Amino acid sequence: MLTVSLQHALPGFGLNVQFEAPPGVTVLFGRSGTGKTTVIQTVAGLLRPDQGSVALEGEVLCDTSQGKWLPPHKRRMGYVFQEGRLFPHLTVRQNLLFGQWFAPRDAKRESLDKVVDLLGIGPLLQRRPGRLSGGEKQRVAIGRALLAAPRMILADEPLSALDEARKAEILPYFERLRDEIGIPMLYVSHSAAEVARLATTVVVLQDGKVQRQGTAAEVLGDSAVMPAGVRAAGALLQARVARHHSDGLTELDAGGVPLFLPQVAKAPGSVVRIRISAHEVILSRQRPEGLSALNILPGTVEHIRSGAGPGAMVSLTTPAGRVLARITRRSARALGLEPGAECHAVVKTVSIAPEDVGSGG
Amino acid sequence: MSAETAWLGPEEWQAVMLSLRVSIWATLAALPLAVFVAYALARWQFPGKQIINSLVHLPLILPPVVTGYLLLMVFGTKGPIGGALQQIGIVFAFRWTGAALAAAIMAFPLMVRAIRLSVEAVDPKLEQAAATLGASRLMCFATITLPMILPGLIAGAVLGFAKAMGEFGATITFVSSIPGQTQTLPSAIYTFLQVPGGETAALRLTLVSIAIALTALLLSELLARRAADRAGGH
Repeated sequence: MLTVSLQHALPGFGLNVQFEAPPGVTVLFGRSGTGKTTVIQTVAGLLRPDQGSVALEGEVLCDTSQGKWLPPHKRRMGYVFQEGRLFPHLTVRQNLLFGQWFAPRDAKRESLDKVVDLLGIGPLLQRRPGRLSGGEKQRVAIGRALLAAPRMILADEPLSALDEARKAEILPYFERLRDEIGIPMLYVSHSAAEVARLATTVVVLQDGKVQRQGTAAEVLGDSAVMPAGVRAAGALLQARVARHHSDGLTELDAGGVPLFLPQVAKAPGSVVRIRISAHEVILSRQRPEGLSALNILPGTVEHIRSGAGPGAMVSLTTPAGRVLARITRRSARALGLEPGAECHAVVKTVSIAPEDVGSGG
Repeated sequence: MSAETAWLGPEEWQAVMLSLRVSIWATLAALPLAVFVAYALARWQFPGKQIINSLVHLPLILPPVVTGYLLLMVFGTKGPIGGALQQIGIVFAFRWTGAALAAAIMAFPLMVRAIRLSVEAVDPKLEQAAATLGASRLMCFATITLPMILPGLIAGAVLGFAKAMGEFGATITFVSSIPGQTQTLPSAIYTFLQVPGGETAALRLTLVSIAIALTALLLSELLARRAADRAGGH
């Protein structure tokens, strides 16, 4: 358990943040310029806060009121930076082993072979960072942090310097870190898709304050909290892989409702999390017939939130979980939608992108 | 070596060997301090930084004779530091060690400048990354910064060595030009030119100077290129 409480003056605004990160992946979620990086740097010891304290498993790493300050090299926090920051004069192998020199002898450490295998970087070991692609660099950076026998992994927007294809390549490795290594992680992101895939706990930062903290499903399903903007809104559903069909579709069971997705590379029985983009959801009062869309979730309107624009965000309780739908205010009026109204959410199979399907619960 | 001793007179040979000894010692002794000062000036903010910076550069802008005279006043046997050091048996004035001290001080600013530039070229973010991996400040320096500034460090050392080889004004003022003791290559050339018929000896020493300078330059190019290849990540 990581406990953070800090106040720090930043250009233009003040950061005032308190939160706790339980085991699993805690994502600090917010737009750029909300102080996320300042928080994670304070946890790592790369920045001294004006006021505040950081404690990990009861050990105080920093407490300004007691004048306590543990320098970064004594904190054993594996930091994955946005731009990799591999050491250019060392080979990949030497980069990976760098932290092992300094780790305490009795620390629980992963073996080089296991990490190399996990990240698929075996062929790169003898190369120097100058000869690696962006995605390869980031995989080595993850391995380097992991091999330093850290008590926790800190990741500061580790995907934001990569293109979409590379992002999709790296994200699963963070899932494996969470599911296979089981190391606690604090992960900074402004991407709802990354939150949906990785987060056990989400801490939403806005204007230097914690706006909301909760599980990924709670926070992403809350139409009052949309740090990444309305366009990126989308609720998170948990489902179990039921079976794979011969036409390339995978059938999921989401709280008794069948959902059809483009092939999901997971064995039947495994649990997946799916993000359903709010703007891909169509609402219908009657159960639609003769429709090409395969996924129809019956539900009840929980509430409708409309802003200044023509749009409205409808949140719907379904047996599969909460679903958000972004429709126009005009449609909401025409359908007579109001809290308590019965309604069906319609989602096209192909609108659920592979990067919106993650492993685990 | 016998062929060369035949080509160079014993006094000339002495001057060459003395100059090499003086310059190598001056460079080796000044280098660690130069690295420290260069790192401090490049990385740290501290009160009096400008004063330190000016002090380091002073030998570069002062007339060498003035530097030599100041050395004589401070490190001479009657000077505040020289007097104290004499008590424990260390004497600089009119000894080869004094020539090395003068050469080191004259070479120091050039070394600091070259090394400082290369420290500034190292991204401090890499040192941060090393710290998160458990490396203390000293280990960060030894494993990250030092290897990466190696090309600049070599360049600074060669520049310092060349300056030490050529140093004349401060040396002759501080330690005079005693054959076999403090008569370095430049002061030997100067002395030969003062006596009738000394031109051929002066010319021989000039050729030796050129050869040493070129060898040092080539060697440093070679070393720096190797170090740069490593530091560049290829």
